[in-house]
Amino acid sequence: MNKIVDWSALRNDFPILHQKVHGKPLVYFDNAATSQKPRSVIDALVHYYDHDNANVHRGIHELSNRATNAFEAARTRSAKFINAKSADEIIFTRGTTEGINLVAATWGAKNLKAGDVILLTELEHHSNLVPWQMLAQKTGAKISYIPVTGDDGVLDLSKLDSLLTKEVKLLSMVHISNSMGVVNPVEELCARARKLGIITLVDGAQSAGHLPVDVQAIGCDFFAFSGHKICGPTGIGVLWGRQEILETMPPYQGGGEMILSVGYHKTEFKHAPHRFEAGTPDISGPIGLHAAMDYLDAIGRANIWKHDQELANYAAEKLSALKNIRIFGPKQNRAGLVSFLLKDVHAHDVVTLADQGGVALRGGHHCTQPLMHKLGVESTARASFYFYNTKAEVDVFIEVIKEIQKFFAQ
Amino acid sequence: MFDDINDLYQQVILDHCKKPRNFHEMPQCSCSAQGFNPLCGDNLKLFLALEGDVIKDASFTGSGCCISKASASLLTDNVKGKTKAEAEAMFERVREMVTTGKVAGDVGKLAVFAGVYKYPARVKCAILAWHALIGALKGEAAPVSTENEQT
Repeated sequence: MNKIVDWSALRNDFPILHQKVHGKPLVYFDNAATSQKPRSVIDALVHYYDHDNANVHRGIHELSNRATNAFEAARTRSAKFINAKSADEIIFTRGTTEGINLVAATWGAKNLKAGDVILLTELEHHSNLVPWQMLAQKTGAKISYIPVTGDDGVLDLSKLDSLLTKEVKLLSMVHISNSMGVVNPVEELCARARKLGIITLVDGAQSAGHLPVDVQAIGCDFFAFSGHKICGPTGIGVLWGRQEILETMPPYQGGGEMILSVGYHKTEFKHAPHRFEAGTPDISGPIGLHAAMDYLDAIGRANIWKHDQELANYAAEKLSALKNIRIFGPKQNRAGLVSFLLKDVHAHDVVTLADQGGVALRGGHHCTQPLMHKLGVESTARASFYFYNTKAEVDVFIEVIKEIQKFFAQ
Repeated sequence: MFDDINDLYQQVILDHCKKPRNFHEMPQCSCSAQGFNPLCGDNLKLFLALEGDVIKDASFTGSGCCISKASASLLTDNVKGKTKAEAEAMFERVREMVTTGKVAGDVGKLAVFAGVYKYPARVKCAILAWHALIGALKGEAAPVSTENEQT
């Protein structure tokens, strides 16, 4: 936990970081969108395709055994990564979005009916809004929201008592907001929900690779995250669910891999997690994800979290010293990102100019349109950090922002 | 630091984005159309006053990035006095210019957008107002979008 990490040496593990963009050294501050991949993850993918590639589960030959073992080892590794009780609680998905859609399509379709309430927060990413809106439309369930207080993005928990009505069947919320950098008190909220028999889902897209995650300690029923944001490949994600709930859920998609026996008129399904994984899965994805989880935990996610927060606090402090800037996110316990707006300069102009300075930012609504609307903005510019970023890079970023302000003040 | 970017943010563009021309509603307009870019939230409304086949006046309201605002501003100046057919021809020329950098014929001040093609992510910003123009001339009720614009 408290080991000394040589952060700048870690940069050497990332081939992509060592390049110039528009003639300037790349400063990659778009980690909330996707992280870069270390050599060990790239090597794991190459090794799999060079040596072990075969289809999983039903093969008898050597390569199929190797592929199956590597695939299932990644499931066990994923369980350990979030302290799940069993690897049987780990469902491989394409990412956080599919994980949430899977819960909506299976648990949601079976358990929700007209008059029930799905409780969300106003911070949610579209991936934790739209699946529930689609489900609400099908079932007649209603959606209500825990409000945010303002630019700090903090949830107004004083409204919780009145929101937690007996009609609420599901509470689904983001762990760390991708546009505000707020860390939600998920343990507290899950405990409140549990007392009332409400099922809980935590969207861990921004948290899983950035801080230690223990799903048992959080006390949720489902937890979803994406591989590509935690140094793994794109196209692979994890949905964790409590086994006793997974066993009650109908299948997600039908096909091979998820069946015990099939007749022309009747099919018996496998138990979880295989019931939810129809068809040939992404095999290299979990193998790359396994390498990513090993890589992150060798550094220590508590160390990564500390580094993330230091960079974000440093960046927020430096930005606050500028004139004509509006900064979003909490004063305390800010996760590793800062959203901001320069007065009279649109976020997309900021991002285009920052790119010329070698700094990769993101500008837009960050897939949180309703939140942007509530805060009265169309978009923000966002710098999001990871462990391979440095204070020196934040200094470059700040200088670039100052230049952008000068450019538009001409 | 930003010497290379002057082909995108030319002085004329900066000027029009900071001080947009014809930036007001037009209650007595003959037609209007909303342009919306779902990717970035740029949202503007274009108003036209027609006399027969001729665009007598043009104005716009809304919000967006520097490129989209300057483009709308310069558009309103450009199309005043043009016939519908001339305005549509100008749309084709502008679209060709911002996607390829090639300027076919006289585009007047709009030539400042010739550098936009080098920034594929920003082509939609430059063309948004022009889609709204076509939408207004065709009397389209639904907001036009640049979602299907090839970049």
